[in-house]
Amino acid sequence: MKKDLVSIKDLTADEIRHILVTASTFKDVLKRDIKKVPTLRGKTMVNLFFEPSTRTRTSFELAQKRLSADVLNFSVTTSSVVKGESLYDTLRTIQSYGADYIVIRHPCSGTPHLLSKIVRASVINAGDGINEHPTQALLDAFTIQEKLGEFKGLEVAIVGDILHSRVARSNTLCLRALGANVRYVGPPTLIPTYLPKGIRAFYNLQEGLRGVDVVMALRVQKERMDRGFFPSEREYFKLYGIAEERLQMAAPNAVVMHPGPMNRGIEISSEVADSERAVILEQVTNGIAVRMAVLYLVGGADA
Amino acid sequence: MPEGLLIKGGHIVDPSQGIDSIGDILIEDAKFSKVAIGTTLRVNNKAIRVIEANGMYVIPGLIDMHVHLREPGYEHKETIQTGTYAALRGGLTAVCPMPNTNPINDNATVTSFMIRKAYQEGYCKVYPIGAITKGQKGTELAEMALMHEAGAVAFSDDGRPVMNSLVMRRALEYSKILNVPIISHAEDLNLTEGGVMNEGILSYAFGLRGIPKAAEEVMVARDIALARLTNGRLHIAHVSTRCAVELIRRAKAEGIKVTAETCPHYFTLTEEAVTGYNTNAKVNPPLRTADDVAAIKEGLKDGTIDVIASDHAPHHRDEKLLDFDNAPFGISGIETLLSLSLSLVSVGILTMSGLVEKLSLNPAKILALSGGTLKEGCQADMVVIDPNKPFTITEESLASKGKNTPFLGRVLTGKAVYTIFKGKVYEVV
Amino acid sequence: MTKELLNKKDIDRILSRIAHEVIEKNKGTEGLCVVGIQRGGAHLAKRLVSKIRTIEGTNIPVGSLDISLYRDDLKTHRPLPVLRKTDIPFDITDKRVILVDDVLFTGRSIRSAMDALMDLGRPAQIQLAVLVDRGHRELPIRADYVGKNIPTARNENIEVLLEEEGKEDGVFIESP
Repeated sequence: MKKDLVSIKDLTADEIRHILVTASTFKDVLKRDIKKVPTLRGKTMVNLFFEPSTRTRTSFELAQKRLSADVLNFSVTTSSVVKGESLYDTLRTIQSYGADYIVIRHPCSGTPHLLSKIVRASVINAGDGINEHPTQALLDAFTIQEKLGEFKGLEVAIVGDILHSRVARSNTLCLRALGANVRYVGPPTLIPTYLPKGIRAFYNLQEGLRGVDVVMALRVQKERMDRGFFPSEREYFKLYGIAEERLQMAAPNAVVMHPGPMNRGIEISSEVADSERAVILEQVTNGIAVRMAVLYLVGGADA
Repeated sequence: MPEGLLIKGGHIVDPSQGIDSIGDILIEDAKFSKVAIGTTLRVNNKAIRVIEANGMYVIPGLIDMHVHLREPGYEHKETIQTGTYAALRGGLTAVCPMPNTNPINDNATVTSFMIRKAYQEGYCKVYPIGAITKGQKGTELAEMALMHEAGAVAFSDDGRPVMNSLVMRRALEYSKILNVPIISHAEDLNLTEGGVMNEGILSYAFGLRGIPKAAEEVMVARDIALARLTNGRLHIAHVSTRCAVELIRRAKAEGIKVTAETCPHYFTLTEEAVTGYNTNAKVNPPLRTADDVAAIKEGLKDGTIDVIASDHAPHHRDEKLLDFDNAPFGISGIETLLSLSLSLVSVGILTMSGLVEKLSLNPAKILALSGGTLKEGCQADMVVIDPNKPFTITEESLASKGKNTPFLGRVLTGKAVYTIFKGKVYEVV
Repeated sequence: MTKELLNKKDIDRILSRIAHEVIEKNKGTEGLCVVGIQRGGAHLAKRLVSKIRTIEGTNIPVGSLDISLYRDDLKTHRPLPVLRKTDIPFDITDKRVILVDDVLFTGRSIRSAMDALMDLGRPAQIQLAVLVDRGHRELPIRADYVGKNIPTARNENIEVLLEEEGKEDGVFIESP
């Protein structure tokens, strides 16, 4: 496996499957009384978050601590790093702390790629701009596998703001690599104009969910409305909100996912969010196990 | 100091005189004193320096009508001195710097400053392009006549478009007083909206916001409509899309006074150059697709595109060492202009004569400059080119302060070996 | 060059003998459990428990332990480490654990296994049973029950093949 996980494209389909298998062992560790293994003891992990994020950061931090690693957290808000001005300096400073692993989240696409070329440490992308969020896609795949088994021939609908979603993009790469079919559902303003072969775009939710096994709802950001991508939240909910009735078109045992945090009543109704079909909380639990697997398998500075 | 200069046995290509054959050129008193075709000049004066130009092309000095020299205000990126020195090494004897300096060149004082600086420290001729609007804000016309008197040869808000169509109309109308072109940076800023590379399959793959081709197309169409309305002279800068080329072709057929320029990166690179988030490939307009590259070449071949300019946009190394979103747009291209353009001759898109038109004669015509010719009596600005000499592009081999070129590491074929400005020889080593 | 040192019958007799020794040393099977180290030790552990059942008539709990996460040689692990199952469906606290492995060599695997067991509970005692002891200990670890002592050179290799893995039972020594 490569020393870094910057993009899902860094992984072969076999490597993805291996991560999922490894994650299930770590999930067992998480059920024990002593939820810790000494595997990465003495390794230094730096969490470099240029964008605020409690959930992903916490998930990584737990994964790191369960592996007995030493954790350093850097929350760099954009005001303290003037618009990327001292980005290179910040990155090189982190390397001088002797980090073995750097988990980075940054508002600009491509930054983890840049980092992986500068530092010896293993770089794990925790979200870069609108580009990718590889560990989210892996934990989503793990959750789907737990619930539905095999990926080949599975129909997955990603619903919402695909244009600006790194979760959508990483999931698309990951699921297709595993043999599933992916489709996009949303307003035309929020679906990219140029799509790779094999991905269908649906502007009608009912049509888009027909026969689908997995419904992945994406967060709608209020600023998209302010910037003119769609006229109002209520119109968005009417057309694309995942509500109980809309799910009739989907497969009977279809599963509803969401990367969080949810906007109840906008992209997803409260009933669906709290229903049996929704595996949102499981996604969170699985996230820790999957991240432990990634940290374990990706090289570290000595790889 | 030799009294004169004899360029012997070179392949002289001067479309302004219809010359395209082997011959000798004699320079005396900083002027072309004799151009002999098919025969050899015998000169008895031992004080004349002789340059053997067998196997070389001998052409008028190149004129780059679109560069950013960054002075005043951004001297860390480039200065008039370093920029013109780099130009000379690239075979250029005249450059036209754009006004997006700091302060902006929207008044005669800044224009005079640039000209004076070039005279004192520069290595080639500098013909400033003044701003269309005050502060390049796109609302009020700048003092074009006063700038013209101070030496400005055309007007542009380059770096930015004039978004307000009424203001652009007024600019085209007003420019008729001076009979100079209005140079349009054709970009609809609203459509660009945060984009950093061409919008397409690749921008999707890289997770980068895209700049649609329509951003250029709508403004080219608009500017042509305004040129038709006003009968003013329009020059479209850095054309990058097939549709823009087609619009310009149709406009010319209709008789509208429009000329156009493109840059070497638009006929040698595609958006693939961005792979790996290479900020040296971040440029505005962005690198497009293979189809657009083909259309640019067709436009050069059939004369739709009149000029090849560099859009030389040097940046300090630190500024390009950023994430793709925040790195500034721009390619440092003044030294690679000639070598990259020579590739068009080797693949038969242009004859050497056609290339000289694009790089020298046409800019001179469009901007009403002296130059672009080897005519006897004219100032001796010329360049001797070795079409086979390899040119390895590295940070060390570039004299400009700006090392931001996507061609780093490439070996190009053909470069200037002697650039002669006002009769003085500079040997490019 | 490969040479067979123990065949199917030899291994079977060794396991029978060890089973008797375990029962003798522990004065019966009360409070005992067996944990085999993946992969070879896990198979042998099951066989051992089966033998003990035949002799004493009692069923003692058996489990398997994967030590990958406790190894001290992570830097040199192969490109894609494979995690196997740790399946110990009983509490090991206060029990006497018979740890089973196929080959005892440097002792590092046993140390890892003991660390893993300590994270799972607090055994009253850990005893070690191995099929082969090939010497070259790097840590102060010794087995309580040894199938066969086979002195080896450092650069030789001991291979234990078992039916459960689809091979015919046998212990081989490979010399370069």
